[in-house]
Amino acid sequence: MPETDVNVSAARSDSPDAAPQSRAAVAIKAVRKVFGLPPAQVTALSSVSFDIADNEFFTLLGPSGCGKTTLLRLIAGFEQPTDGEILLFGEHLEGLPPNKRPVNTVFQQYALFPHMSIRDNIGFGLKMLGVDKSEIAQRTKRMLELIQMESFGDRRPSQLSGGQQQRVALARALAPSPKVLLLDEPLSALDLKLRQAMRVELKQLQQETGITFVFVTHDQEEALTMSDRIAVMSAGELQQVGSAKDIYEAPRNRFVADFIGETNFLDVTVEEVSGSQALCRFGPARLTCSTAGPTTAGSAGHVSIRPERLSLTRPSNDDDLVGTLERLIYLGTDTQHLVRLDDGTEITVRAQNAHDSSLDIAVGEKAALKIDTGAARLLVD
Amino acid sequence: MAAKAHDIRRYPAFLWITLLCLFVLYGPLIIVMIYSFNDSVSITRWGGFSLRWYEDVFFGPEAAKFKAAAWNSLSIAVMAATSATMIATCAAIAMIRGGSFRGKSMTFALISLPLMVPEIVTAVATLIFFSAISFTRGYFSIVMAHIVFCIPFAYLPISARLQGIEATYEQAAQDLYASRSQAFWQVLMPLMMPGIISGFLLAFIISLDDFIITNFVKGAGIETLPTAIFGSVKQGIKPNIMALSTLMLMVSIFFVTVSYFAGKSGAKTER
Repeated sequence: MPETDVNVSAARSDSPDAAPQSRAAVAIKAVRKVFGLPPAQVTALSSVSFDIADNEFFTLLGPSGCGKTTLLRLIAGFEQPTDGEILLFGEHLEGLPPNKRPVNTVFQQYALFPHMSIRDNIGFGLKMLGVDKSEIAQRTKRMLELIQMESFGDRRPSQLSGGQQQRVALARALAPSPKVLLLDEPLSALDLKLRQAMRVELKQLQQETGITFVFVTHDQEEALTMSDRIAVMSAGELQQVGSAKDIYEAPRNRFVADFIGETNFLDVTVEEVSGSQALCRFGPARLTCSTAGPTTAGSAGHVSIRPERLSLTRPSNDDDLVGTLERLIYLGTDTQHLVRLDDGTEITVRAQNAHDSSLDIAVGEKAALKIDTGAARLLVD
Repeated sequence: MAAKAHDIRRYPAFLWITLLCLFVLYGPLIIVMIYSFNDSVSITRWGGFSLRWYEDVFFGPEAAKFKAAAWNSLSIAVMAATSATMIATCAAIAMIRGGSFRGKSMTFALISLPLMVPEIVTAVATLIFFSAISFTRGYFSIVMAHIVFCIPFAYLPISARLQGIEATYEQAAQDLYASRSQAFWQVLMPLMMPGIISGFLLAFIISLDDFIITNFVKGAGIETLPTAIFGSVKQGIKPNIMALSTLMLMVSIFFVTVSYFAGKSGAKTER
């Protein structure tokens, strides 16, 4: 269950007998970061804790200003945490400058050195580490092969296209074989086609090298397609950590449900709670929901239902969720139905345009919403 | 491209005003250049083409004086420009990479203020200062004064260049295991180089051409080219001064051109 992930790692970092933590590639422990001086302070991160496993493609996802890039810069060593600590394979990173940390970064604008050839760019890290020349030449050659740019070694970064620069930036960061590779929205400067191709390439590269990738993005599609696990962040706080499926199908709170994909929200009253299930009332209708966290009967809450897990039928029972079909929007692979519930809430229903999906309900008629089993989720708020 | 409504070429007197301005600015210079090749002793009457005044500059009665002055000018300019460039580079790094610190805008004002202070004021102040600390006036007092007034001229192109270099380059270098000094020498310095060269050349020219401050702070018996020329002219203008002026003009044009292209080539490698 994904929602417990956050709690587990938080609990672990708090308990004193949490000795064997070398498992985690990166352990973020109660990290807080405040910028500026007292009158004009900005809290970029407020006590964030989680672990990133070894050999994992881990994504920090959130809107701009959520603290994801700050977190990346803290791991890289460009910023120091105000409170809390960061461990790399069990080693404390506190006070270590960026050049003493075995992590490398792929920058958003690549930051390839314009005065050096591609070969020298890729070999820069190894040269700084004092690796001898023949070894550098060999490893650089191998990196050029890896990114399929063998013939570009003598060119300057300005002579390459955006996609090629991106690959060189990757090769440069991977050449010193870092323990963790940090990627700061590396695909955002590329056009859509290239971005999609690079997603596949990145994922492949991660699997081939076995290096832990920490990827920062605001693009949920990017996060969903590449990541083993995703940490959703907002306003300097961790919202949820889990696999793409967990996050999409079992969002913890309203922010996560809203930020990842499309969803419908219903304001409900909880009637009964049993285990991880709750019976909720919405007007005359009753819905069975899975719960994202502890809740009590009688409390108010929000339920999230994804549009593709709803379907329309003719109303038959009194406790059906009923509304008026207002509009149909044809989208090619599927059709969007907009239904206005009696209390004014607008609900989107998405139906695939498969073989016999013709709906016999006309616009303006009453329709009942049928919810797939397990599709309604009562959120923590 | 079709001429737009506000195209400058469509203003009626544009051509004539431009020509007038160019004539006022460059007419005297061109006349000096032409008459430096005059075969006559007169500075106003044309007596045919000759290089005799150039010969006079190098081998004539005043040749030794000009040679010593030229040597002083050159060595002072090299020292002043080198020192000013180093100081300006440090200042630019502190101002642009140093984050925000107290009195930052004040510091910027102080760095660029010498550009706005009337030179005669600086000259008098420098003279008074040297007298107050009883610094012997001579070669080194000129060097000192030149270093000081060259700093803002070197600072401007260097800081402009540094401003255009994103901090991520140094961060990338440090991320790739470069120490701070390695990041500076291997990444920031090469990227700043066009600005540094430009700043050096500008400072060099300013030092080479300076008259007012030099004239105040130089001791007796030492001359730079501008003060030597002034000394000669006081006894009446001879055509050899025109030849010497033309030579200095050529040197200036050469350095300014190099400085311009240094800045330009840097801008190209950037993107």
